[in-house]
Amino acid sequence: MDRFITLLMAFLSVVLVNNFVFTKFLGTCPYLGVSGQLDKALGMGLAVTFVTALSGTLTWLVDAYVLMPLHLEITRYICYIVIIAGAVQLVEMYVRRFFPSLYEAFGIFLPLISTNCVVLGVCLFLDVWGTNNLLEAVVLSTGTGIGFTVAICIMAGIREELILSDVPEAFKGAPITLVTAGILTMAFMGFAGMIK
Amino acid sequence: MSPSNNSNPYSTALFAGLWKENPTFRLLIGLCPPLAVTTAVKPALTMGLSVIFVLVCSNIVVSLMRNLIKPHVRIIMFTVTIATFVTICDMFLKAFTPKMSEILGAYVPLIIVNCLIIFRAEACASKSGLVVSILDAVGMGAGFTLSLCVLAGVRELLATGHVFDIRVMPEAYVPCLAFQMPVGAFVTLGLLLGLIALLTRKKGA
Repeated sequence: MDRFITLLMAFLSVVLVNNFVFTKFLGTCPYLGVSGQLDKALGMGLAVTFVTALSGTLTWLVDAYVLMPLHLEITRYICYIVIIAGAVQLVEMYVRRFFPSLYEAFGIFLPLISTNCVVLGVCLFLDVWGTNNLLEAVVLSTGTGIGFTVAICIMAGIREELILSDVPEAFKGAPITLVTAGILTMAFMGFAGMIK
Repeated sequence: MSPSNNSNPYSTALFAGLWKENPTFRLLIGLCPPLAVTTAVKPALTMGLSVIFVLVCSNIVVSLMRNLIKPHVRIIMFTVTIATFVTICDMFLKAFTPKMSEILGAYVPLIIVNCLIIFRAEACASKSGLVVSILDAVGMGAGFTLSLCVLAGVRELLATGHVFDIRVMPEAYVPCLAFQMPVGAFVTLGLLLGLIALLTRKKGA
């Protein structure tokens, strides 16, 4: 039971308190660029969640059972990026085979997930956080992906409203989006201290 | 910058990144580092120099290999090249400036997925010769560093009253700590972009 609570806390922590977009600025490119429509943002978020979960777990396994025992930590970044590219390729093939319409809708964004900061960020931060068992790695990497999904969905919702509002000429587009993101970050700061 | 605006491809490649196509302020790519490491000028400068190093090296390699690689494997080849140079850079920082390496933390390896570097490899180095690629990398990297330092300067000044650890504001200034938090990063960049839009619009009109 204790273990379950620890995992639940870890999950909530990466989704709300240590949300990658709001506290670590990872994945700000799609966060500001893609999130114009809610349904597209959700699809993108789910694809990223799947890739983060898969590559977070895989890189943790490779790190713990191949690189550490063989003292090949120096090749860590290269291994990570190759694993991520492989995972994205897998997702791309799967989506193209079973959901052709979704594949069409994503277009270029699907292969570009491999250069999404969130994905590599998870792999690196799993190490920084000192994750020491597989279950924790799975929960943390899935949670990070869900946190990203939450962030871009909220942003997409706000931006749908933003189109209708009267923004000063100079602030149209990116500037107002960034200021909005700042205020949203402030709201999420309210979760700080909820979990140690 | 006006004398450089002739049609010489070398000077165009060098100066485009500084202002006209400034990666942070104009193209809005590679936004992680400008938001994450700009709490003070020193880490921002370190990050900027690291990005210049990686960008120049990867542009050289990509430019030299541009006729050898097949189009469908190019992205993975770019990322592996970049990852190699980032590893070198990370080890260098760890060895010579361990303190700075600790402050920057995971953001140094995250240079691998910085859109700016892949974008330049794709848009410039994989199509142009060696000299143009190097000049482009230097220009873009300098523009990126410049934007990081401006952003960091504003945030450090408002958050602590210091710039580069030198006191600038009068003693009575009350530090506004919010600018050192994530909120400050987003808001400062947003306001700066708004300011730039305002200034350039006036100039154009």
